[in-house]
Amino acid sequence: MTSAPGIVAVVLVAVATLAIGTWGLRVSRTTSDFLVASRSVGPRLNASAIGGEYLSAASFLGVAGLVLTFGSDMLWYPIGWTAGYLVLLALVAAPLRRSGAYTLPDFAEARFGSRRVRAVCSVLVVAIGLLYLYPQFQGAGLTLRSAVGAPTWVGPVVVGAVVLANVSSGGMRSITFVQAFQYWLKLWALLLPAAVLVAVWYADGRPGAAAPMPAEEWSAPLAPGGGPGLYVTYSLVVATFLGTMGLPHVVVRFYTNPDGRAARRTTLVVLALLGLFYLLPPVYGALGRAYAAELAASGRSDVLVLELPRLMVPGLLGEALTGLVTAGAFAAFLSTSSGLSIAVAGVLSQDVTGRAWRGRRLAGVTAFRVGAVVAVVVPLLMALAAPHVGVARAVGLAFAVAASTFCPLLLLGIWWRGLTDAGAIAGLAAGGLGSGAAVAMTLSAAAPAGWPTALLEQPAAWSVPLAFATMVGVSLATRSRVPAHTGRFMVRLHTPEALDLDRG
Amino acid sequence: MSGQPPERARVERVRVERVRVTGPARRRTPGARTRDIEAETRLGEVYMGSLLREQLWLAVRVLVVLAVVVGSLPLAFHVWPGLTGVRLLGAPLPWVLLGVAVYPFLVLLGWHYVRRAERNEADFLELMSEVRE
Repeated sequence: MTSAPGIVAVVLVAVATLAIGTWGLRVSRTTSDFLVASRSVGPRLNASAIGGEYLSAASFLGVAGLVLTFGSDMLWYPIGWTAGYLVLLALVAAPLRRSGAYTLPDFAEARFGSRRVRAVCSVLVVAIGLLYLYPQFQGAGLTLRSAVGAPTWVGPVVVGAVVLANVSSGGMRSITFVQAFQYWLKLWALLLPAAVLVAVWYADGRPGAAAPMPAEEWSAPLAPGGGPGLYVTYSLVVATFLGTMGLPHVVVRFYTNPDGRAARRTTLVVLALLGLFYLLPPVYGALGRAYAAELAASGRSDVLVLELPRLMVPGLLGEALTGLVTAGAFAAFLSTSSGLSIAVAGVLSQDVTGRAWRGRRLAGVTAFRVGAVVAVVVPLLMALAAPHVGVARAVGLAFAVAASTFCPLLLLGIWWRGLTDAGAIAGLAAGGLGSGAAVAMTLSAAAPAGWPTALLEQPAAWSVPLAFATMVGVSLATRSRVPAHTGRFMVRLHTPEALDLDRG
Repeated sequence: MSGQPPERARVERVRVERVRVTGPARRRTPGARTRDIEAETRLGEVYMGSLLREQLWLAVRVLVVLAVVVGSLPLAFHVWPGLTGVRLLGAPLPWVLLGVAVYPFLVLLGWHYVRRAERNEADFLELMSEVRE
């Protein structure tokens, strides 16, 4: 196995990332630059950055591998990851921007005027962030092993080092440029090889296309197993459609828009960019069915995108394409890890490292840097220690937790005056503990197929309604605790900025 | 909108503490037209309630379309497994629908939402300026 193109690709991406990050550093000076790029990012740049940040290893590698192994029911992952932005657009985007908060805990505190809700939200942001970060680091190890033959610990360490260098030096402002660059890199790194591979497939006489569909089950867009299969599919849909709005790195991006209208337009561009990208991974999955079926059999389907060019196109062209997809995959780890680290570091710096400690208080930017170190090192250690569960599946679990906690908090907090702090905490606890327990069970043990496994593997379909019901029920029971400023807060969330109101 | 008596709301008005770093430029002096909303009088609540209802209904309509069109697919394929074998343009139907067609649909739906939401806000601004005259 030649490793030259892989090494070249990884080094180029790392250098480009650091260079763009350093360029951004020149314009990053204040804490506001660090956290929200001073809220001055236009819709197109911001949308590219959101796309770059959002398309993680799960999208770049995981979806194609899942499609290869399990078939077209896995197409629900990319659909849900895109449709999540439509739900976000319709219910959350503009009001969230208008709330004027930095992070999810900020939103919670502004809405309820309660430090306790804030603390619960902070814990959840960190938990979801870690659950999402560690498969990214594991995927990086996998990629470098496949591309370069390096031991699996090299990838996480390299990604962690680059992310840390960028995040702690330039913060959100420089990351915005890095992320936007990485979206387009990822798109081309998947598009060009796909075009060549499809051409090769035609030249080969389209193997697999004319087969009279012996693999009905592979083509059915449902998880197998009848009733539980249908449940798993719908639960996945619920988790991804509703989970997107609760992901810390997605939400933090909305605060960088100049106003609510720009937040909506940004989201619309994101929908288009994601739709474009997600046309590609299934192509790899389908081609892999004809050319690389043994990867699925040996349980290494996550490396399908990386191995397919080499398997289908011998010689120099194949090596060059391999280099390209490796670059894209590496960009995927870097961008998602950076975004999540920023989100987690932002929360940590506000609620932990920025607090006075033994009478001393770290300055804003220093607190952010310390938070960033924690946000990178902890998932790095988890990636090295925890078992490999499949990139897309682990990310799917993070979505389930986000859908069961922040989704009800945001939806009810934005659209219902009656939500109280007690209701919010009870709902976050019910949804978080319910989905969290299911995640822990899934990660720790493999159970036999059937209803119990289905319910644990995809908890969203029961944990999301549970969280909503708890929030509404407890809020109704504690009606006297509705914050006095709720009416004013609603005005701020829903009126256009052009209206000259005193926004508090 | 809410059953809360306006007097109470006015008395308990509390400012939310936050730090605004930068933002769109805003005029300092609120106009008369918006005072009803600021003071949370009954009239102000009617204005706010109408905007809130418009926007919420718009969002609900868009999401119902999403749920009916995309959300019914798993059920359809569960009830009629034969659909899986249907071919459209040389590719299996599930792949055409889930792999390709769904994305332009999502973008169109989002585009429709943004247009209508911005129009609702423009109408609201117009209403506010009329009230002043």
